[in-house]
Amino acid sequence: MKKIISGNEAIALSFGDSGGVFASGYPGTPSTETLEEVARLGEVYCEWAPNEKVALESAIGASIAGGRTMATMKHVGVNVAADALMTLTYTGVNAGLILMVADDPGMHSSQNEQDSRNYAKFAKVPMLDPSDSQEAYDFVRAGFELSEQFDTPVMLRTTTRISHAKGCVEPQEKIAPQIGEWVKNVPKYVMLPNFGKIQHVAVEARLLKLQEFAETTPLNRVEMGDTDLGILTSGISYQHVKEAYPDASILKLGLAHPLPEKMIREFAGRVKRFMIVEEMDAIFEEQVRAMGIRVDIGKDRISYCGEVNADIIRIAAGDAAAVVSKAPVENLPQRPPTFCPGCAHRGVFSILSKLKVFVSGDIGCYTLGALPPMNAMHTTICMGASISAAHGMAKVNEISGRTEKPVAVIGDSTFFHSGITGLLSMSYNNGSALVIIMDNRTTGMTGGQENPGSGSILQGESARQVDMVALVKVLGIDNVVEINSYNLAETEAAIRKGLETPGPYVLVDKNPCILRYRVKKPVLSVNPDKCSGCSACLKAACVALGLTSTGDKPKVAIDPNICNGCGVCAQLCKFDAMSAA
Amino acid sequence: MNIFNIVIAGVGGQGVLMASKVLAESALACGMDVKQNEVHGMAQRGGSVISFVRIGEQVFSPVVMPGTADILISFEPLEALRYIHYLKPGGMLVYNKVAINPSTVASGLATYPGDVEQQITKACGNARGIEALSIAKKAGNAKAVNMVMVGSVMKNLPIDPLVVEGVVKSLSRDKGIDVNLKALSGGAAAA
Repeated sequence: MKKIISGNEAIALSFGDSGGVFASGYPGTPSTETLEEVARLGEVYCEWAPNEKVALESAIGASIAGGRTMATMKHVGVNVAADALMTLTYTGVNAGLILMVADDPGMHSSQNEQDSRNYAKFAKVPMLDPSDSQEAYDFVRAGFELSEQFDTPVMLRTTTRISHAKGCVEPQEKIAPQIGEWVKNVPKYVMLPNFGKIQHVAVEARLLKLQEFAETTPLNRVEMGDTDLGILTSGISYQHVKEAYPDASILKLGLAHPLPEKMIREFAGRVKRFMIVEEMDAIFEEQVRAMGIRVDIGKDRISYCGEVNADIIRIAAGDAAAVVSKAPVENLPQRPPTFCPGCAHRGVFSILSKLKVFVSGDIGCYTLGALPPMNAMHTTICMGASISAAHGMAKVNEISGRTEKPVAVIGDSTFFHSGITGLLSMSYNNGSALVIIMDNRTTGMTGGQENPGSGSILQGESARQVDMVALVKVLGIDNVVEINSYNLAETEAAIRKGLETPGPYVLVDKNPCILRYRVKKPVLSVNPDKCSGCSACLKAACVALGLTSTGDKPKVAIDPNICNGCGVCAQLCKFDAMSAA
Repeated sequence: MNIFNIVIAGVGGQGVLMASKVLAESALACGMDVKQNEVHGMAQRGGSVISFVRIGEQVFSPVVMPGTADILISFEPLEALRYIHYLKPGGMLVYNKVAINPSTVASGLATYPGDVEQQITKACGNARGIEALSIAKKAGNAKAVNMVMVGSVMKNLPIDPLVVEGVVKSLSRDKGIDVNLKALSGGAAAA
């Protein structure tokens, strides 16, 4: 029966329908719902790994043990898993292995806009690039077949508008999982240089075979139409091309790597103007030009940055936009994401903002502490970088005679992902920074996924919960203090002590994520007779607060529909104007 | 190729995604092709949210282009104004009159435009504001604003309202069924 599901849900469904046995991943927008859906469907074993490298390595093990397997992650996660990937391509697989990677052109929820097609080329592995939910479903099965036929890992790449867009899907007949033999094969799986040399030759031969396969596979297709304009495209760009030019000739690639050279040459020869439409990098165009095929319209007319749409394509091809819309209304107040009312991060950031320290930040909800009015985060690079970067800053400060101690802020999931090694380095190398671990027991920004500190697994069942304080101590950190970030005075005192004490100093806030754990405290209200309108509380950056313009002068009011009763605003008020409603 | 484009705007946490799901499932149940798309992730946490539902015989792109929306449903007045340029000429806007301060306003960095409704009326000749929050509360749950908003446009969609009701029933849990259906009809009556 037809269903309307997202690309991520389609991949999850097909994983179960196509004989999948083991899936692992790390949450990251826009990939997260894939593994959540595998868990919800409940047919196949799946788990959250602490990071993407662990996820892919576990998937490699599953494949070697004979089970069809998938690792899921966002584009930047592949950077973490790349060490495994670059040698996995040499070993090949036993049972089929899919690395599902979700790119985020337009950076809706990412720190960069890297194009994962580069990795397929880099690792010399086939990459499938679905253009809607149905193809996302179909390409999982095709991916397993390809993986086993060519003894190769297969990358299944989506973008935000594939992962999160919903479309109609007709599922295929279900295949029961078949677990293959678990065989010791040293030359295949032990990548000592001698074996690696042999495997590299095999990888190059495999790539040539895959190129031949690309010429005939139905994954790639020509839709011959008007020959004035012929467009080579793949993935979501195909939909935008159809929207812009429903009658044009199209060479649609389902296999984004390797390219079918003969097919492209023939197609380009049949059309008057040959255009390539691809989001982000010029992966196709560079290869097509290297084949000596002329490209009339390409990256010279379509930006490397952001998403493509129908009008961008029309304008690039020399036509006018299909619709001229009114300009957006200007000068509206922006509505950026912000700490939830009641969020435990608010207290810590209002203090860091007040103390004006240098904050080395990380990836998570707490990155929002960089925004006004907090302005209390000064670097955010990648998962785990807060602690290691703070360590580097502290070393240069020490060398230059600066006395200010940097502060690293990191969440629990990010700490488990790759913050632990940074803290180990700080401990080992006699560093000196204040590290605040916001241990809210969930992977918050991606929607509240379980992690080794949650006390539960992906399916919600209880699990061993890592003891954060003990973990920090065992890394060699003597000064570890638990704080309660809802008590501003105590938290400020703890932060000041941590800044004054030489050496590594770690504070752990164990207040849970209010959204994930549905924490709701009694709502506060403002006594207008006591409120002076000084706006000190507004520094809490809470959307429950607002100035009312009724009366002689503006006063603060609390929206009872939004307030979560955390009490941070009450502690910022010098006039004791807030109390339980 | 006649595509019906719906844009749903609001604030993270208001249930924009659920409303989109109801409309998309309803279109599918009516035998039409449909694509629905929103961006989530950082859009949660009280940020501005926009979602697209495209219905027709064959839908390609999941994205609604500015200037092409048949209907804009906004759960908040400022968000209606932010996305009003998505409407095609003559397109219809229904918005919830209850304002929610963005963090920039809540922290005193910006002011909420006092004339937001006048600006909406000026920009769109076919705009209606409804008191979705009080209708939702009357239905039994303040969180049912999303169903009120779906109800408010129900008779303007290329979908049978009975199908929408059926989908809401199938997607609601226990007590929620009654509340959501009341919210739906409350919204329809208000529009």
